[in-house]
Amino acid sequence: MTCLPAKTEKSLGLVIDLDTCVGCQACVTSCKEWNTGGHMAPLTDQNPYGGTADGVWFNRVHTYEHEVDGASRTVHFPRSCLHCETPACVTVCPTGASYKRTSDGIVLVDEDKCIGCKLCSWACPYGAREFDVDVGVMKKCTLCVDRIYNENLKEEDRVPACVAACPSGARHFGDLGDATSPVSQLVAARGGTALMPELGYAPTNRYLPPRANTGRGPKVAAPALESVGDAGGFFGWVDRVLSR
Amino acid sequence: MHPAYSVIVFTTATGAGYGLLALLGLLAATGATPPSLVPGLVSFGLAFALIGGGLLSSTGHLGRPERAWRAFSQWRSSWLSREGVAAVVTFVPAGLLALGWAVMGRSGAWIAICGLLAAACAVVTVCSTAMIYASLKPIAQWHSRFTLPSYLLFAATSGLVLLNALMQVFGRPSVPWLAAALVFTALAWVLKVAVWRHNDALGMPATLNSATGLKGGTVRSVEWPHTEDNYLLKEMGYRVARKHAARLRLIAVILAFALPGALLVIALLLRGGPAAAFVSVLAAASQLAGLMVERWLFFAEAKHTVTLYYGRD
Repeated sequence: MTCLPAKTEKSLGLVIDLDTCVGCQACVTSCKEWNTGGHMAPLTDQNPYGGTADGVWFNRVHTYEHEVDGASRTVHFPRSCLHCETPACVTVCPTGASYKRTSDGIVLVDEDKCIGCKLCSWACPYGAREFDVDVGVMKKCTLCVDRIYNENLKEEDRVPACVAACPSGARHFGDLGDATSPVSQLVAARGGTALMPELGYAPTNRYLPPRANTGRGPKVAAPALESVGDAGGFFGWVDRVLSR
Repeated sequence: MHPAYSVIVFTTATGAGYGLLALLGLLAATGATPPSLVPGLVSFGLAFALIGGGLLSSTGHLGRPERAWRAFSQWRSSWLSREGVAAVVTFVPAGLLALGWAVMGRSGAWIAICGLLAAACAVVTVCSTAMIYASLKPIAQWHSRFTLPSYLLFAATSGLVLLNALMQVFGRPSVPWLAAALVFTALAWVLKVAVWRHNDALGMPATLNSATGLKGGTVRSVEWPHTEDNYLLKEMGYRVARKHAARLRLIAVILAFALPGALLVIALLLRGGPAAAFVSVLAAASQLAGLMVERWLFFAEAKHTVTLYYGRD
């Protein structure tokens, strides 16, 4: 059913720290690896070894330069489904394939009902949904719904694959609907923001902004090379002779 | 946005078909004498062919067209589903109207009711089609107060021009209907130019700052996540037609409005006869071709917020 639940029991989502993300793409490959065998399997690739490789990915890491008052920094920015509170991708779906779960707020696609009209991908401002041309249906991040409740995995592994893979601890998973949860406290402490709030989709995921520049770092990596002055002595004599 | 041929054909053909159907419904409802068998069959046949062909075409861009029947289920939330339901429901009064009024030559209360219902259903269907696009917030050019009136006016205009062509071909020219076709063509021209001017001044509904949560200063894309175009860039980042937008707009204006307008004036001056019928048919054909170009631009000139992430705006 594509009508949205009035309230979800939990609001599971991700908190992504733009301060510590190093853009290593580990979350990207780990996501692809897990999900090509998971709930939305397969995540097909087109011409993977050719010149025009393309394929379905749920997580993509962009790199930006953020310049404020003449000082700029590089920011790596992982982009994936934000599991919005009011996801238009769900309400526009004509078949009921897209839905938002009342129990945990995860937005999912039922691959057996999707007709591949692509309207949901047009309705998503974040580019979270990607069409699988091989299977003919739309695919998207499942928040690793097949990991987080999976009792066959060890408890510490019951997090999304991207979170498990992140080597710099830039990805956090939890209930953002519960103000006392560690992720909610992290968002409160670091001033986490929602993306494109002006469009009114009320995303669940939060992004922690890079910390302010401390100014402690060296201003210049190494002094510029200077021309060699008159050394004097024997080497000074050699210098003068060779400079003739 | 990537303009799928199937969707261009779908919106243009069903628009003209529902426009013509609504006019036939109004003709029947106002107590106009039933057309004789052949003109009636041809008129309803044309309307049904445009509607049916357009609807069939719309399944052409589906990944799994065999499941298209599922699209009738979510009418509570989805304009696409409502459009599908309205399209099917329209066939009921329209079919009865075609049978009773055009084929059996009846008139009376139930014909009038069927005519009004068919016209109302046609209007609802065109509104639903427009709302599919008008409800999409990430695309400012579509999420605009112009989208719904545009779809309605273009449907009415192409329906009127088709109706005039049919009347001329079957030797029943009507000056009021011809004049209406001419006036609506002019109105559609004015509206389209106004929409283009409005769209040219539109910005994105968000910025790369708000899209990344990075506040203040400037954000510049320095590296994409992938080297080749992916689905998002192929579908949402389509830019081919934008390159030729000025020329395509001129072609659309000439084919959809200027040429049909001139041909309709000639038809008006000719006051019926085979020559007037010929130019009326030509006007309808030209307008449909022009509206296809207009629709191509409607898609191709629409910019989606996801392109912000790729440093395109």
